Amino acid sequence: MNPTLLPGLTDALLVVLVLLNLFCLGTSRVGALIRAVGIQGLLLGLLSFLVHRHASAWTIAVAFLTAGIKGVAIPRVLFRAMRDVRIKREIEPFIGLTTSMVLGAVGTALAIGFAERLPLRAADASSLIVPASLSTVLTGFLLLTTRLKAITLIAGYVLLENGVFVFGLLLLDAVPFFVEVGVLLDLVAGIFVMGIIVNHIQREFASIDTSHLAELRD
Amino acid sequence: MGDWLGLVQALAPLVAAGLCALVPTDHVRSLIAPTAAVAHLGLTLFSLFGPSRPSVGMLGFDAAAAPVLLVVSLLFVACTVYDIGYLGATRHEGRAASARIFYSCQLALVAALTVVIWSQHLGLTWVAMEASALCIAPLLYFHKTAHSIEATWKYLLVSSVGIALALLGSFFLAYASLHSGSVASLRFDDLVAQAPTLSAPWVHAAWVLLLVGYGTKMGLAPLHTWKPDAYGEAPGVVGAMLAGGVTAGAFLVLARVHRVVVAAGIGDQADRLLILIGVVSMAVAAAFLIQQRDLKRMLAYSSVEHMGILALGLGAGGIAATGAMLHVVNNGLLKGLMFMTVGNVQRAYGTKRVDGEVIGETRHPGIQGLLRKRPITGMLFLFGFFAVTGSPPFGLFLSELAIAYGLYAADRPVVLGLYLALLVVIFIGMGRTVLHVVQGVPAALPHDEAHEHRTRDTVTTVGPALVLLALVLLVGLGLCPPVLRLAEAAAEGLAP
Repeated sequence: MNPTLLPGLTDALLVVLVLLNLFCLGTSRVGALIRAVGIQGLLLGLLSFLVHRHASAWTIAVAFLTAGIKGVAIPRVLFRAMRDVRIKREIEPFIGLTTSMVLGAVGTALAIGFAERLPLRAADASSLIVPASLSTVLTGFLLLTTRLKAITLIAGYVLLENGVFVFGLLLLDAVPFFVEVGVLLDLVAGIFVMGIIVNHIQREFASIDTSHLAELRD
Repeated sequence: MGDWLGLVQALAPLVAAGLCALVPTDHVRSLIAPTAAVAHLGLTLFSLFGPSRPSVGMLGFDAAAAPVLLVVSLLFVACTVYDIGYLGATRHEGRAASARIFYSCQLALVAALTVVIWSQHLGLTWVAMEASALCIAPLLYFHKTAHSIEATWKYLLVSSVGIALALLGSFFLAYASLHSGSVASLRFDDLVAQAPTLSAPWVHAAWVLLLVGYGTKMGLAPLHTWKPDAYGEAPGVVGAMLAGGVTAGAFLVLARVHRVVVAAGIGDQADRLLILIGVVSMAVAAAFLIQQRDLKRMLAYSSVEHMGILALGLGAGGIAATGAMLHVVNNGLLKGLMFMTVGNVQRAYGTKRVDGEVIGETRHPGIQGLLRKRPITGMLFLFGFFAVTGSPPFGLFLSELAIAYGLYAADRPVVLGLYLALLVVIFIGMGRTVLHVVQGVPAALPHDEAHEHRTRDTVTTVGPALVLLALVLLVGLGLCPPVLRLAEAAAEGLAP
């Protein structure tokens, strides 16, 4: 499947991805956030299938693995952590939800501007891949820096990784198969370990508010 | 795939980790781990001094890998010997995690680190680096206290975010190679070969992201925030491998990326950034080392200092780069020595705070009179302090001198002045704490024979540290010419 045949579809999916970023910044419900992150994961699987020129067994495997890990496994781990610690909402973000959505929109605009300054290959110049990638990375950063609940922070980290993954779409076959699989496995293992820690934070402090985690200082 | 020897060396500790997870008794585990470590060291010595190996494929041995691999192997042996005494002494502490988890994670960590060192491919390097972070998390959480949860959480989050940026940086580098019209590759040698045609804006952005990512792993300021917490709450023997081994691996990756960046023609900007971060790291370390009351946090800031020195050495280049590679060896061995020793101190006194603390119901008085209470640990701590602050005749003096000379040769007088001034400040700052600890008389406590017996200096708890100190002394006295040659060859291999 040639990207020149399906540029419209790829770009449309990338726009949905960016809209999901804004939704993640605007929602106060942790469940909705996890669901949005999961939908992004499924989109990423589809995208990685669409942009590969030759649909070999490897590329199909990577696409399915991506969708399975980012779209199903990670949201499941997060939902379980959410149920275990009985939390539904991000109550006190450092900055308001509307403000973070505006910041996210500004960030996306900046990402588009920045991407235009970097030299792109003629084949990639029209694609939204670079701006969408940078916008998703920035969204992850915003969540990581402005929220308190441990699960929201993990979701922010997953968004950050999703952004990096989108950029990887440009590289087609440059990244060997087992490295790609290694990255995915590391990610899911990392989220799993973080989920366990969240559980222990809840048991120790009866809350997953990370503002409790401020005992260690000089 | 590349060199089979690297694969074998990474698989040996991994298989041992699997065995440790399966066997039923701690006694067997305490035999498996040192055996794997000795095998690892044997393979290291074979790679170092055996027939030279061509670097092809993803796993390959190059001159730059040599000093780092040597440090990791030596620390691996030292740590697994120390484990025997350490885990024996903590067995009665009901809350701590099992020796099964401890050994498995420690061995798997070394396996991941071995891949990082052998990897000639940025993607594989990333996978192994991230895997190492996952092995480290349970080790940090070993004591299962509120503080250790906090430290583990911060470590996981900060290091995962940092390393995610490093992946983006790696992708940028691959795109720079794709953009130049070549076949995109993430092998260091391919990237250096393509360097003149690489697209400069992409290389520049990649360098910043990779510096942030692997700099977070090294703990360069201002990316060091996880470090005092993680090293502070980790068992001493875990701190030894983190501060000596993991940071050295991250530095090696950064040095290999630096080689690509210099070949691509933006070396000047890259070096300026490295030197700036190096000086900032030393300054932050100095600020927090003055009046530091917590011995493990003191070592963590000392680690920030030495990472800064490594960045300075790499940035100044020439003889300073050779100094930096030698510094990797000295710093690694000494951090091993110091963390093991402070672990002994903490067990003997029940606290790691110089001014004492209340833990649960028990009030632990401050740490004083270490030379009387535990003479061997006390001597190790005192000499370790002199060695770690760069006093002659220890090896670190040589590497710090080489870096100072390199800064002079590179005509950077202001940086040289700051470097020397900060070294003095750090010597005085750490010295006050250390002298307070070793001198004087231990606080009078009701005599607890069982506790004294359990935390006494034994062959396994002070032996490895003594050997590490002896090695650093040998390097400093010039009695270890092979190590100097390794550092020289490594710096040469990293020059474009």
